[in-house]
Amino acid sequence: MKENQELQKVTYINNELGLHARSAARIAEIARNAKGAIWVVKDDERADASSIVDILTLACEKGTKIRIIIEDWADTDILKAIVDLVDNGFGE
Amino acid sequence: MAKPSGEFRLKGINASPGICIGKAYLVDKEGVDIVARYYVEKEKLPGEVKRFKAAVKRARDEIRSVIDDSPEELQRAHILETHLALLKDKMLYGKTIETIETEGVNAEWALKQVVSKIKSVFLSMANAYLKERASDIVHVSDSIMRNLIGVKAEKIADIDKRVILVARDLSPADTSQINLEKIKGFITDRGGKASHTGIVAQALEIPAVVGLKHATSRIKSDNLIIVDGNAGQVIVNPSEKSLVKYEERKMDYEQYRAVITRDSHLAAKTTDGINVDVMANIELPEEVVSVKNYGGDGIGLYRTEFQYMNRTIFPNEEELFEKYKDVVEFMAPKPVTIRTLDINGDKAVSNQNGQDEANPALGLRSIRYCLRKPDIFLTQMRAILRAAAFGNVRILFPMIAAYFEISEAKKLLDQAAGSLEKEGLPYNRDIQAGIMIEVPSAVVLADFLAEKVDFFSIGTNDLIQYALAIDRLNPNVAHLYQPLDPAVIRLIKMVADVAKDKGIEVHMCGEMAAATHHIPLLLGLGLDELSMNPQSIPHIKRVIRSLSISDARAFMQGVLKKRTARGVFELVKEAYGDLLDTGYGMPRGG
Repeated sequence: MKENQELQKVTYINNELGLHARSAARIAEIARNAKGAIWVVKDDERADASSIVDILTLACEKGTKIRIIIEDWADTDILKAIVDLVDNGFGE
Repeated sequence: MAKPSGEFRLKGINASPGICIGKAYLVDKEGVDIVARYYVEKEKLPGEVKRFKAAVKRARDEIRSVIDDSPEELQRAHILETHLALLKDKMLYGKTIETIETEGVNAEWALKQVVSKIKSVFLSMANAYLKERASDIVHVSDSIMRNLIGVKAEKIADIDKRVILVARDLSPADTSQINLEKIKGFITDRGGKASHTGIVAQALEIPAVVGLKHATSRIKSDNLIIVDGNAGQVIVNPSEKSLVKYEERKMDYEQYRAVITRDSHLAAKTTDGINVDVMANIELPEEVVSVKNYGGDGIGLYRTEFQYMNRTIFPNEEELFEKYKDVVEFMAPKPVTIRTLDINGDKAVSNQNGQDEANPALGLRSIRYCLRKPDIFLTQMRAILRAAAFGNVRILFPMIAAYFEISEAKKLLDQAAGSLEKEGLPYNRDIQAGIMIEVPSAVVLADFLAEKVDFFSIGTNDLIQYALAIDRLNPNVAHLYQPLDPAVIRLIKMVADVAKDKGIEVHMCGEMAAATHHIPLLLGLGLDELSMNPQSIPHIKRVIRSLSISDARAFMQGVLKKRTARGVFELVKEAYGDLLDTGYGMPRGG
């Protein structure tokens, strides 16, 4: 699928410790139910949202701007769920 | 199953003298605990993947049972839940399976490769908290590894007893990360006589045997081993009889060392009254203490690369100056020969990760690098000139291969002095300047180069390597690295003759100068000064005191007629055989 056909949303990491293992695990848990690929993108680096390890390697501190990208329109709910989770600071 | 113990021996190359007996501790190149690597046949790969999955399942059960046992500790259970998820993470679990299948390797090795890659990403992170998250991944992969191998291996950082380090190879960067006080001796699979492992071991005065090929595959952690750095031999699981024998040899050797150290502070005067200065090669400023203890007449080679290694920014002038000043002041009035930055093949500067060179020994290194980066070069030369105000300093330029290189280096030295003058900082420009003779072209051009310098210092390690086209670290050809090769002897003679003719001094600072059976030859060729690892000094001084220069000159006439290294060695044995018998811990063979 091409770049312009992707759907994406911008959000900011606002929990104190940044995107750590536990929060990454929650994103990955949601992303694993998606039909297509889900990406977490920081600057130009993209990580597979269904992998905790991959998300962690982005090293997102508090205040980092990230984009969540989906490749399949059917995953719009998942996109929304992940962005809500990040916006709410993972409920921490 | 094989017998649990049983003595066997491994033969290698003696890189540092001495004998030690102790427990083996295996590390791999990264300084982490070793993981076996082997290839798995294609049809057996599904079985290997299954073995990995089973280990993951056992790790999962372990974590699960910890969670079940601690229902109240919510916080803890939380992170353990994350660990459970990590076990099946595609970057860890999926990638490991993929590596097993595509590379056809065992599960342990595949897992280790995958985790190393992940860890390297975390290492480069700036945020300390997020960087620490690597520990979650390491924790999880450790528990899989434990279940794969079946035992828990200890970590190198936790060594609390003195052990013998067993590794495939140790680079300068590796050795600088190990707590060396805990190490009784080194043994490695790779490496030749003049490898870095040997140099470090000699500086620490502990035995080392290198080039053993199979040490890491045949020795297990905690095996009892004897390292005989004199004979280049390792005895694994020694019998009671061997233990007794080597305990005795160890005591003999230590006694011998004590005896020769006693008169080491006296000059090395030949029987016909000629003084030969016996100097020390050092790498770390701390080594000056052993230089004094062993009676060195000065420092013939102070390698300065160490301060540039293992760091992301270069040392500044002040930092360099302080170190040089310490060494110079401590040794004064004896000379300290400071060699300018000589980055070579096995000593990469970590912040200079440019493109990889296919052939680093012939690449951008040493003086070539310094002339390309005059700022770095000037900083170091300013530090050297400033330290020169505190004692007797000589500056030595490495790897000169052409006339313009020494002209430019000296121009920059003047520029460094000029800038210090302008700033009003104390310095001393009135120092001797010399060049390393280690490239064959410098031998050929020695008469021209002599116009520019006060002394030559022959670096035999590289000169032999370049002249004979032998990589001394390559165990397949290391035996062809022959200091007594007639070609090498002729090269040294050419340099010595030119130096005499031009009225400048000629020194030698390679490992060749530290071997008993080379000394008659080197005296016969007319070397004015020999420089070596500090603990060889007492022995070499003794050897020099037993020789006469006029005899050595006459002996050289015969040597020059020999056509092979073997022939030269036989002649040395014939003329100086009794000398070789005293050569405890000195390299045998020619």
